[in-house]
Amino acid sequence: MSATIAGLARSGPGAFGRFARGAGRFARQQPLGTLGLLVILLMAAAALGADLVSPYDPEAADFAAMLAPPSPDHILGTDSFGRDILTRLLFGARTALTIGLASSFLGCAAGGLLGLTAAYWGGRVDMLLQQLVDIILAFPIIVLALVVVALVGRNTVAGIDLNLIAAIAVPIVPRAERVIRAAALGVRAMPYIDAARAGGYGDGYIILRHMAPNVMAPFLVLLSAYVAQAILLEASLSFLGLGVTEPKPAWGLMLSGDSANFYQEAPWMILFPGLAISLAVFAFNLFGDSLRDWLDPKFRT
Amino acid sequence: MTDRTDGLRRREALGLGLGLPALLWAGPGHAAATGEPKRGGTLIYSVAAEPPTYDLTATSTFAVMHRLAPHYSTLLQFEPGNYPNIVGDLAESWTEAPDKMTYTFKLRDKVVFHDGTPCEAADVKATYDRMRAPPTGVISSRQPSFAQIASVETPDRLTVVFRMKAVDASITDTFASPWNSIFSAAKLTSDPNYPGRVVMGTGPFRFVEHVPGSHWVGTRFDGYFRAGHPYLDGFRAITMAPSAMVNALAGRQIMAEFRGVTPNERDRIVRALGKDTEVEESSWMLHMICTFNCQKKPFDDPRVRRALSLAMDRWGGSASLSKVSQLGPVGGLVRPGSTWSATSAEMEKWPGYGRDLAANRAEARRLLKEAGQENLQLTLLDRNIQPYITAGVFMIDQWRQIGVKVDHQQVELAAWYAAQNSGNFEVLVDSFTQFSDDPTNVLVKYVSYDKAEVAVAHATDRELDRLFDEQGRTVEVAARKALVRQFETRAMDQAYAVPVLWWQRIVAMNKEVRGWSMSPTHMIYQDLSDVWLAT
Repeated sequence: MSATIAGLARSGPGAFGRFARGAGRFARQQPLGTLGLLVILLMAAAALGADLVSPYDPEAADFAAMLAPPSPDHILGTDSFGRDILTRLLFGARTALTIGLASSFLGCAAGGLLGLTAAYWGGRVDMLLQQLVDIILAFPIIVLALVVVALVGRNTVAGIDLNLIAAIAVPIVPRAERVIRAAALGVRAMPYIDAARAGGYGDGYIILRHMAPNVMAPFLVLLSAYVAQAILLEASLSFLGLGVTEPKPAWGLMLSGDSANFYQEAPWMILFPGLAISLAVFAFNLFGDSLRDWLDPKFRT
Repeated sequence: MTDRTDGLRRREALGLGLGLPALLWAGPGHAAATGEPKRGGTLIYSVAAEPPTYDLTATSTFAVMHRLAPHYSTLLQFEPGNYPNIVGDLAESWTEAPDKMTYTFKLRDKVVFHDGTPCEAADVKATYDRMRAPPTGVISSRQPSFAQIASVETPDRLTVVFRMKAVDASITDTFASPWNSIFSAAKLTSDPNYPGRVVMGTGPFRFVEHVPGSHWVGTRFDGYFRAGHPYLDGFRAITMAPSAMVNALAGRQIMAEFRGVTPNERDRIVRALGKDTEVEESSWMLHMICTFNCQKKPFDDPRVRRALSLAMDRWGGSASLSKVSQLGPVGGLVRPGSTWSATSAEMEKWPGYGRDLAANRAEARRLLKEAGQENLQLTLLDRNIQPYITAGVFMIDQWRQIGVKVDHQQVELAAWYAAQNSGNFEVLVDSFTQFSDDPTNVLVKYVSYDKAEVAVAHATDRELDRLFDEQGRTVEVAARKALVRQFETRAMDQAYAVPVLWWQRIVAMNKEVRGWSMSPTHMIYQDLSDVWLAT
């Protein structure tokens, strides 16, 4: 046991040092990506610490403070139920991040596995999968999500609508599949894959052990890029009344309903949620682009 | 306008309305009724939804009424600008037997349908027979209204006699219902479902075209039985979402929308149109209801239902929500301000209507604890439009304060109806509207489910049913009011379904639209025969 702890102690500073050096290099080479990352971290902190930061309950109506403009009591004003906009934005970050990260991971993971499978097997399997992907790609991403969410309805577990996550993940799957397949085709042509097959390893083992790690870079880039897309989709679906429902705080939802009625009298009802969505999407896109550049060997040379 | 009332009997049987401050609206009865009516012009107005059918017998939605009413006539009608007084429409006069068991109508002569054929007693009989005993394949939403009619007879071509099985105090209102439009007997004989496909009545406008999702057009019927009417050359009803409607009205692309807008939308329209705006306001014969599914636990327990009703601050909600939505007055089961409504003092005795909110909520918590439901969680099924969402959020906020957790499900209209009919819900944000304040028309929402399908709480309460039947047979107003109070008290106590708030009706239109009558229901005064344009 003591040897293990000693080992960890030895490896800890080394790993941290490598991480710190890598982070420093990323910050120097990708300043915009770093800015995006900082915004993402700030958003995550807001989501995690919403309970501690805000003095208000995000769902509690206060009829005495309906449509109150920004003031020391309500820094970003209140909505038509007297609910504090800042509080709802902070708790809305939780909704956005949870659904955004979960949907993006689910969609990219499923798409990645399909892409690896298509690349590994090639031939008819690849052809069939690509035709299927072509069909799904023909649908605009929002339309596909709308269809799925309308078909599957709601399935709320611990306040999170699992079907909404799945509905947002579905349009991501074919897009991730296409990218991962392209990367995996190069890996599939490597001699070590043939060597592994000749060595008698199973197909699943080869795909997961030898191919998947080698497409991790595009996977991570996709993951970060599609978080932005997922946040935007969640906001769009909530805006259309098919995502998160009142009185749960969600940025897209804050833009719909009464906000549309009161945008002239209480512009803060749409201004701040709109800014939050824009900033989050901008940050994830900046970070995703920078991550792609940073991980791409061509850019390094 | 004089020919409308000349020689017609005023509504006396029920003693309703005359001299009583039955209405709350602030504006005049007729929209900008000043000036001599001018002929000509096309009225352009919007309707927020598409009509699911052309058959007035088969539906109850304003989306049908606001397009179809100009094409049809009824036996009687509510007098324009003088609700709830009733005058004749196709009927030139009518008599009522002293025992209220026979109603005899004398029809106007020389009334013709849009195809030129005469409209006579046989047409009235065929229409009413179709509504009260629909042939196979015909849907009649009106059937329950005619339960007390034994027969319809036509002793001559212009006389119709209704014989009753029992006294029905609401029957005069039923004869004036805008839903009971008269169809051609000859056409009904050849196709009992023709009203669902062909728009052909005796109303002031002939049907021209309907382009689904776009518009509905009618043109003046020169053979209309009221000389000089209609004033308009025609009308064009445009299908338009409420948000677009406000912009269209503000931008003068449409002249009116007759259902109603929110206070904020009214202000936007007034800001845009300035002195060219005409605003009419009234209480509305439409209320939001919290309906419990009494066949599902724990809502089969009256303590749970009563606790949830007790937790609602209706008075506070009314004061606040009326500023931002169409929700408005606090009321019981009948429209506040109507002949039949309870006073504030009477209401305050009902669970959830008392002014001491702290005491109400303490009692609510006690009831929940007694029922073993201190940690109650429920799913509230709601529509996905305003002001239903506002009502839902309000209820959730009120229940949160007694520790009840709510999952808010918002669904499309079809799913909302499907859940009501199948009983696949726990608690429902429900609503109910009617064309008149008559207690029989409105209390039917609160009787046993096996007595009325609209009573979607799926409850069975024979005492409520008895009171409902008894008030329906009681003609004397004071006695009937007492029965209505008993019904309300029992219904509030059992809380199978409880009113949340009543709606306020605000109609903002371009001032050039004249002669239209405001009322506490959006189902009447839509035949447009008196409407003219001051351009």
